[in-house]
Amino acid sequence: MSQPNPLLETPEPLLEIKGVNSFYGKIQALRTVDLSVHRGEIVTLIGANGAGKSTLMMTICGKPPCRDGTIRFDGRDIHALPMHEIMRLGIAQSPEGRRIFGRMSVLENLQLGAFLTDPHHFEEDLERVLQLFPVLKERSGQRGGTLSGGEQQMLAIARALMGRPKLLLLDEPSLGLAPLIVKQIFSILKELNRTQNLTVFLVEQNAWHALHLAHRAYVMVNGRITLSGKGSELLEKEEVRAAYLEGGQ
Amino acid sequence: MEYFLQQLINGVTLGSIYGLIAIGYTMVYGIIGMINFAHGDIFMVSSFISLIVFLALLSLGLTFIPLALFLVLVISMVITAAYGWTVERLAYRPLRDSFRLAPLITAIGMSIVLQNYVQIAQGARVKPLPPIIKGSYTLMEHDGFIVQISNMQIIIILTTLILMLGFSWLISRTSLGRSQRACEQDRTMAALLGVNVDRTISLTFVIGAALASVAGFMYLLYYGVIDFYIGFVAGIKAFTAAVLGGIGSLPGAMLGGLIIGLIETFWSAYFSIEYKDVAAFATLAIVLIFMPSGLLGKPEVEKV
Repeated sequence: MSQPNPLLETPEPLLEIKGVNSFYGKIQALRTVDLSVHRGEIVTLIGANGAGKSTLMMTICGKPPCRDGTIRFDGRDIHALPMHEIMRLGIAQSPEGRRIFGRMSVLENLQLGAFLTDPHHFEEDLERVLQLFPVLKERSGQRGGTLSGGEQQMLAIARALMGRPKLLLLDEPSLGLAPLIVKQIFSILKELNRTQNLTVFLVEQNAWHALHLAHRAYVMVNGRITLSGKGSELLEKEEVRAAYLEGGQ
Repeated sequence: MEYFLQQLINGVTLGSIYGLIAIGYTMVYGIIGMINFAHGDIFMVSSFISLIVFLALLSLGLTFIPLALFLVLVISMVITAAYGWTVERLAYRPLRDSFRLAPLITAIGMSIVLQNYVQIAQGARVKPLPPIIKGSYTLMEHDGFIVQISNMQIIIILTTLILMLGFSWLISRTSLGRSQRACEQDRTMAALLGVNVDRTISLTFVIGAALASVAGFMYLLYYGVIDFYIGFVAGIKAFTAAVLGGIGSLPGAMLGGLIIGLIETFWSAYFSIEYKDVAAFATLAIVLIFMPSGLLGKPEVEKV
């Protein structure tokens, strides 16, 4: 497979968010957010706790619904669809807090990840995912709730990958994990993007890792996008360094 | 000893019926966290449906009884499932995101609606059905006391056993069962994986109602009398069974049903038949006080 240049702008992005406002009850969480992710790209969104990053992730998936603006995915408007139909179009999310099914086995969690895909290639997908995260193979009969934090994070990503997504949404995969495991997870993401052209949209507080990994990045403050650009460019910016990197590395 | 054995058989039969109803309570509680108080009345409606369909088939000239009963069971399951679906759609789904007590109140309302509907449509008098499945086996005879198991009892126990095995397989091994359990644990995450949560909840009501209709069918054949009020007592007892087993736990509901059936039967046999309901409900009180999560229930605390 030939590698398209991820920075080459294609006419229509895989995911395009325009002028989106989103509310949690009466609190406005997103303010006219514009953002796009192209095929084959890794895009990251960084910002402080409570900036609205996870809300954006969930708004893409339909809950909370966006009140104004449009969200297009793969050539379709998706902002009016219910969550399960949005996911059917080829989006998978590894959500904030991992949300592993704690009373089900690791294998069952992965089977649920493949809920929407053709059961005929389940074995093949399972093999592929377990190769990426060999620790899950050893744990396959264990209940999800008994895994360590790092293992749960790997399971959450593996579960999302089981759905063969066109777009993988990752919400803070590094939260609460040991640096070594964070490094491992990020290198797997990089590898998947390089070899399988997987498109990734990543939300992170761990800005240093995320900016190094991503082709492009956005910065969110109080529900607004305040900065965007190439990951490597943002790493150099003084305001980014001051707000998100000082003390980080 | 013979007397004990006889009561054991009777208790297991009764417990089978309670167990089938209890599954409906526990499944609905598991997935949306509410007690569906109309479930007992769904059971009552199903016994009426069985009776009506049976009489209709007879009057159509179907006299081969085993076939007629089989058809009655299937038709009754389908119609009762439709009732279960409708109740959820009308009374619970619009209140999905409302405050916690709201669906509980409509559940009680729905229960009254179903009772009154049957009372008006079918009359308040009891409806008798002469015994259809006759015959029994003598297991032992001693000092003039005979231990018997009737064909009807064999049918009830076997049907329940087969249904519960099939149902356990459905829940633990199939994709449908997995998505059902996923919705129980985390509805948002299930939806993020593409599970249609509303449909899964509807399906839970449909399955629960279908199992209750088997219970209603067997209740009709076993006791031979039904009225519009049987759903209340049977429903509350099945609810007790679900709590005893651990509400939300499917094996718990089956086990709880069995135990409640045995407690009630032995209480009637050795103490007082007038106070058999007291025994069942005293069990509920004792379980709630000393063992709130039931025999097989999961404790509320979970590792994060």
